Amino acid sequence: MTTASTETATGTTGEGDILAVAREQVLERGEGLSEAQVLEVLRLPAERLTEALALAHDVRMRWCGPDIEVEGIVSLKTGGCPEDCHFCSQSGLFDSPVRAAWLDKDRLVEAAKQTAKTGATEFCIVAAVRGPDEKLMEQIRVGVAAIRAEVDINVACSLGMLTQDQVDRLAAMGVHRYNHNLETARSHFPEVVTTHTWEERWETLQMVRAAGMEVCCGGIVGMGETLEQRAEFAVQLAELEPDEVPMNFLIPNPGTPFAHLEVPQGPDALMTIAAFRLAMPKTVLRFAGGRELTLGDLGAEQGMLGGINAIIVGNYLTNLGRPAEQDLEMLDTLKMPIKALNDTL
Amino acid sequence: MTTTVGTFCSFCGGEAASGDHEHCRARLSLIDPPRYCPECGRRMVVQVDPMGWTARCSRHGETTNAAQR
Repeated sequence: MTTASTETATGTTGEGDILAVAREQVLERGEGLSEAQVLEVLRLPAERLTEALALAHDVRMRWCGPDIEVEGIVSLKTGGCPEDCHFCSQSGLFDSPVRAAWLDKDRLVEAAKQTAKTGATEFCIVAAVRGPDEKLMEQIRVGVAAIRAEVDINVACSLGMLTQDQVDRLAAMGVHRYNHNLETARSHFPEVVTTHTWEERWETLQMVRAAGMEVCCGGIVGMGETLEQRAEFAVQLAELEPDEVPMNFLIPNPGTPFAHLEVPQGPDALMTIAAFRLAMPKTVLRFAGGRELTLGDLGAEQGMLGGINAIIVGNYLTNLGRPAEQDLEMLDTLKMPIKALNDTL
Repeated sequence: MTTTVGTFCSFCGGEAASGDHEHCRARLSLIDPPRYCPECGRRMVVQVDPMGWTARCSRHGETTNAAQR
């Protein structure tokens, strides 16, 4: 627990008002907030949310620029996962309605084409596995080659934990970015996953970075973590220095151990977005799953004006998103340009 | 939007005529594809892709919204 003996109900501490401190430290100097400072932001009263979002937006514009990175994702292998991530409807250990399914190469390439038509620069192939076996690695090799031959888009992968050999092979295939979420704070991880450790995920991420692939690593807000743990997670992500952080909000899916949890509240989610931006001023911060339930249409716009600078368009892996056209219209209304592919290479 | 029209609820698999399916309808209208066949209540094999979904029941065949999105 962080001590905050001088804290007031308005966010003023011994250091001064936290948003004033952030304005000088993060906006002017580009230095992310510390864990204690992130916690102060998370504890700000609701009446200061607008102010926090505005500052986070200024930070994003100053250190990342105006462009929004658009991405599409697809599930190559759905369900039947041997891991027990408590939020996930694809675990084979839970009584979930999600049945196993595989996507063939033609539909994979078609999904990449549909994604590219939205203006997206990134297409992420995801498999519900602990880590890839040889069959999956071969499917990835064939699929990545086919997409790169036919579609003008960067290819990313999310295949669980990797060996060094698998990391090297994915890099050689031309995989641009690798996603592997730490999901939550290290201290909370054992409450979320018991079949592998936070440290195992961290090791995969280090190998990915060393092999020259971009690192995509985020998590899910609203899995029973405390505000202290949320601040802890933001700073642990900052220490990793990922190229991208996808921010998901819990969808309590039937059959999972977290089915009983409440959907995160919009203001809470928005303050978390602002706090994460202030912890990571120069990182791509992406809207990912759950925003439809947690934030709705208005909240999505507030998030885009509160530190977010990337978005997953269309559907997710097992859940549906808003139609891509709706998000593209939102970006147009907000006068936010979509990042071009030649800016990502 | 996914519909629950039929004998069984596409979200929870329960009988559509009994019980309260308001939560089911809300989920289907926002973020969920059908998971259960509305005709027989069997779990379906569902593939979600960026622009649509396809759901296949072993008895009643395939439905999709891919062309609509």
